[in-house]
Amino acid sequence: MRFGVVVFPGSNCDVDCYHAAKEVLGQPTEYVWHQERDLSRFDCIVLPGGFSYGDYLRSGAIARFSPAMEAVAEAAEQGKLVMGICNGFQILLESGLLPGAMLRNNHLQFRCEYRHLRLENNNTPFTNLGTTGQVLHIPIAHAEGNYFIDQAGLQELNKHNQVVFRYCDANGVITPESNPNGSLENIAGIVNKRGNVLGMMPHPERAAEDAVGCSDGKLVWASILKWWGDQHA
Amino acid sequence: MWKAKIFVTLREGVLDPQGQAVRSGLRSQGFGSVQDVRVGKFMEVTVQAASEREAIELVRAMCDRLLANPVMEDYTFTVEVLV
Repeated sequence: MRFGVVVFPGSNCDVDCYHAAKEVLGQPTEYVWHQERDLSRFDCIVLPGGFSYGDYLRSGAIARFSPAMEAVAEAAEQGKLVMGICNGFQILLESGLLPGAMLRNNHLQFRCEYRHLRLENNNTPFTNLGTTGQVLHIPIAHAEGNYFIDQAGLQELNKHNQVVFRYCDANGVITPESNPNGSLENIAGIVNKRGNVLGMMPHPERAAEDAVGCSDGKLVWASILKWWGDQHA
Repeated sequence: MWKAKIFVTLREGVLDPQGQAVRSGLRSQGFGSVQDVRVGKFMEVTVQAASEREAIELVRAMCDRLLANPVMEDYTFTVEVLV
């Protein structure tokens, strides 16, 4: 399975994502500069975290017009996998590949810490190795992770089971205290209707092996590989 | 040449944590009469256009495409001729 990690000016989690795909999963992985237009060789495209274009104007607002993003939209259309993490999630929202928008964290602080997430839907290419209701421990690192969507959009998301992760406490209970940023209904990650585009604020690439203290994030990477394997069995 | 003055604000009903922080800052400075603060963005864009109408259309297109995010923001603008 071939992974492409798109590098924007200001990306800073690209190396971690590359490491997770290349070393943890052991799959052929390439960095792709954001000016590249042809991403057809990849089975999964990762938009990493960071501060693309300095987050000027709005997080992800300028990166979404990068030439590579046209290829990302094409790949999504073809049913290939696209995963946006943190700033990558913000870029997917700005590009309209996922619904909604990110507001400033409600307390205005940049939060960099481990959080508990409840897996809400294991019927996606990104979570098939997990069980619904399972609690994962994965770090966040953002100042704009306060997910917002209008009421109609929120109903759509819930109706189609598109919320994949919610912030929760250690027991998997969704509480206001376990919400680190004010995100609507504690939303931490969503997929598109088709299920092949995932956006999440927490960083599974930072918790993908025991050597870094936690490997809960590996579930996401390993699920991707399993999904692809099943498609090509 | 035309100069557009563009105001981008969070849509009504959208939480504005910055505005809330500024409000409590003002209140702590003794401005107890402050009821609400909304923080937005102000941009000046200079464009080449043959007419005011063309300038307005251009700026509107810029706002729709990039300068504002309709999911959470509204915008207003004025254009004035540069002499």
